[in-house]
Amino acid sequence: MFLLVIKRIFLGLITLFIVSLITFVGVEILPGDACTTYLEREAYGAALEACYERLGLNIPSYERYISWALGVFQGDFGYSLSGEMKINDVLGPRVKNSMVLASASIFIGIPIALLLGIITALWRDKLPDIIISTITIFSMTIPEFISATLLILIVAIWLEWLPGIVIVPTGASISELLPNIILPVIAISMIMTAHMARMVRSSVIQVMASDYVQMAILKGVPYWKMVFKHVLPNALLPAINVVALTIAWLLGGVVVTEVVFNYPGLGRLVIESISNRDLPVVQALAIILASIYVTINLIADLMTLILNPRLKSLQIKK
Amino acid sequence: MENIVQKINNLTIGFTSQKGEQISILKNISTSINKGETVGIVGESGSGKSTLALAMMGYVKHGLYTISGECLYHSNNLLDMNNRDLENIRGRKIAMIPQNAGQALTPNLKIGYQIDEALKLHTDFKKEDRDKKISELLNKVRLPSPEIMAQRYPHELSGGQQQRVAVAMALAGNPEILLLDEPTTGLDVTTQAHVLELLNVIAKDTGTSMVYVSHDLGAIARVSDRVIVMYSGEIVLDGPVRGILKNPIHPYTFGLLKSIPKLTSPGLPNSMSGSQPQPGIIKSGCSFFDRCNFAEDQCKSNTPDLEYLSDIKTSVRCFKYRDLINMKETKNDKIRSLNNNILENEILNISEVSITYAKQKFLEQLLNKTEDSNPTVKDINININKGETLALVGESGSGKSTILKSIAGLLKTKDGIIKFDKDIVLSNDLKKRDPANLRAIQLIFQNPDESLNPNHTVEEIVSQPLKLYFGLSGSELKQKIIEVLDKVRLGEFYLTRYPRQLSGGEKQRVAVARAFAAKPDIILCDEVTSALDVSVQAAVLNLLQELKEDFGTTYIFVSHDLAVVRAISDRVAVLYQGRLCEIGPSKHVYELPSHPYTEVLLGAVLEPDPDIKPKLVAEDIVEEKPPEQGCSFQGRCPRILGDICKKEVPPWQMGENGNSIRCHIKVDDLKKQQTIN
Repeated sequence: MFLLVIKRIFLGLITLFIVSLITFVGVEILPGDACTTYLEREAYGAALEACYERLGLNIPSYERYISWALGVFQGDFGYSLSGEMKINDVLGPRVKNSMVLASASIFIGIPIALLLGIITALWRDKLPDIIISTITIFSMTIPEFISATLLILIVAIWLEWLPGIVIVPTGASISELLPNIILPVIAISMIMTAHMARMVRSSVIQVMASDYVQMAILKGVPYWKMVFKHVLPNALLPAINVVALTIAWLLGGVVVTEVVFNYPGLGRLVIESISNRDLPVVQALAIILASIYVTINLIADLMTLILNPRLKSLQIKK
Repeated sequence: MENIVQKINNLTIGFTSQKGEQISILKNISTSINKGETVGIVGESGSGKSTLALAMMGYVKHGLYTISGECLYHSNNLLDMNNRDLENIRGRKIAMIPQNAGQALTPNLKIGYQIDEALKLHTDFKKEDRDKKISELLNKVRLPSPEIMAQRYPHELSGGQQQRVAVAMALAGNPEILLLDEPTTGLDVTTQAHVLELLNVIAKDTGTSMVYVSHDLGAIARVSDRVIVMYSGEIVLDGPVRGILKNPIHPYTFGLLKSIPKLTSPGLPNSMSGSQPQPGIIKSGCSFFDRCNFAEDQCKSNTPDLEYLSDIKTSVRCFKYRDLINMKETKNDKIRSLNNNILENEILNISEVSITYAKQKFLEQLLNKTEDSNPTVKDINININKGETLALVGESGSGKSTILKSIAGLLKTKDGIIKFDKDIVLSNDLKKRDPANLRAIQLIFQNPDESLNPNHTVEEIVSQPLKLYFGLSGSELKQKIIEVLDKVRLGEFYLTRYPRQLSGGEKQRVAVARAFAAKPDIILCDEVTSALDVSVQAAVLNLLQELKEDFGTTYIFVSHDLAVVRAISDRVAVLYQGRLCEIGPSKHVYELPSHPYTEVLLGAVLEPDPDIKPKLVAEDIVEEKPPEQGCSFQGRCPRILGDICKKEVPPWQMGENGNSIRCHIKVDDLKKQQTIN
């Protein structure tokens, strides 16, 4: 078990290394560089030379990669191009903002999704299932930019209950952010919850149809005891990985929603830095997003391993 | 009058089709179960036997509902009882032992917990008493070290052990009726025989009534007092076991018994034409009409009733049962004997072959270390002559399918050489094999549901080998496909069908057609009949034999069913843990003296005759790995000599009749020991 964790962490680091290489090489082979973008039409002669000198672009690329990678390893992503700010200072508040949005959606969306999935499965083909399933399929199919816009129109403009777009500065405190995130959280949860509820529903239905559940019923196990002891532990195991991917997706920035609501999170930073050709920031973002995915998947795998006795003993045997 | 514990009256269960029609799965079932009686319910897949068994617990599967009738347990109708009341009956009064215990035990709960759950629900024992009771129950079903067993998860047990746990769980509530739904299907022969003996002992000790549902007449014969035969959702025959199995008076039962291969009579069994009708198709007349050899006009228009014959205490649903009663022994079994033209021409030579599943670790690869001293399959030496049928038999884990895969090139061998047609060495790597050699060796798999692509029509499936090996196309290709299908008795209208539109037997025919389309020299048959019903199995076996006689093909036939092997093969190789135990002409392998393992296997085979008892000479221990040294069978051998068996690999000795036995015991001694028992 311990060895397995070490092995997985090691593999995760290799993944990150490869991601960093790909982004670095990708940025290198793109025509133009930070200085030509920054200087635009003045990118020639002495000004360009001076810029190269200043940003250190005149040293060979592999050396730059090594020093950049070493910096990243110590948590220093270098300087952003446009504002010549430290990237850490740019990213810090954005990461925090995305975390706030993601955790709010997770704490609201996932329990609701599980609950809805279980209810629809247990009352399969009956009224609760028909109603909830119709709603979930509906909210799954409406793209988030439409549902988000509608939310703004109804809640913010007609009813004037909540602010429509986020106008607080990037570095605002959580309490300042809170009223602003309600609408984005609803918009995100609608899609996420619907997807997950459908997944949980089919997983529970599958387990309900299994021989061991039939056996438990025939053994005389009362219904709810059967649901909690025999059905849910087995049905929710496969859900762990889906939940993990959803969390990673949320943390990685929900681009469309952030743009519609003007929310200062990672997703909007991705868009901004790409359109500004702020390559050092793009590089940093790629690494951060990759490490979020790697970490969360690792946690999900370990949880499955711990909760599934079948896998656990297999690992021990090996 | 005996004491009736359960009574079923005019029970009809069905579903509503997409067109809104009401279709019955069970039609007007009436019968009863007496106290202490063991009733066998027998039928092929789709006969409604499992639906009936579940209804006896008041359980109807999702999508089905009760159309009419009732299922009475001591005058309470289980089918309109609420869940709370049912919970009090299920497990406590009527308990179920499921078909596949591996899937019927909840994977995330320990064995002990699952038995304890039943005890908690159905008894008012305190915690300590319950713990004691769990050990007691596990002991009763003869599981070793109960305390340790209780702490295990279901997947940590072997199939036979899981089945025993299911029995223990059912016994926990001390039920009045035990329902067993195919409890031994999927178990190895020896394990099956042991579980059945255990059930017999339990029935005798506890006086519990048992309802034993199975497609296997051999198992039914071992445990039942009375047998109910079901066909297409109806009871067609209901009476004492001896009468039904020895003088079957319904044409279906008659045909069914004839289609079972038997150890005692070599040759291919008779097959029954056709297959069971889908529910809802038969509107009037006898449901067996299409397949019946005795049918006359009235059978098509009138539906026969279940008629009770008091002299033989049997109910029968047939207009013509008198013909069958009078016929008795007059009609001789037309058993088809093998007529193989075996040439003295070696077509396949397997020498010193070992196969391992152990993967090389990265480090070992670096150090170029390949030593696995204990591979899954070891020292296999077999020659096969052209036109011969060689069978590989053994229980699960004996390596029989593994060897087949290596011949086909799907699995790499570790050591040894496989030669085709005397001097062509078949490469270990499928990609390096000559296309002509690939064509020459074809495989037919166990389960046609998985081996036929569900998105291809029959035409596409059969066309693959024709296009690949012969480059046919256009009308020539189509002509050839029709020709090949005709060989397996499938008409032209099958061309556009998809596998899901075919019955099990038809699917396997398509698989056979695909193999023969390549005009192979050797066909490898991997448990080709195990997924089929008995009556269909006989038809497929007959078909394989006919094709072989026409084309002179060589078969390597893998099966766990000794009776099937006896029917179709010229020569048999018996395998245990990937090592050969015995090989020789099938006639002689099936006769004593033989290798102790062959003896164990033969003893455990169940015949559809209540008077033939299996001889259980060895424990049904499951070994996970072959022993490091010595004889492969040392762990279970009832005739073990001592240290020599544990240390030295036994030598090959010639048996009395041209069979070779690999054992330390002298053939003469084996003969003496085996004739005494």
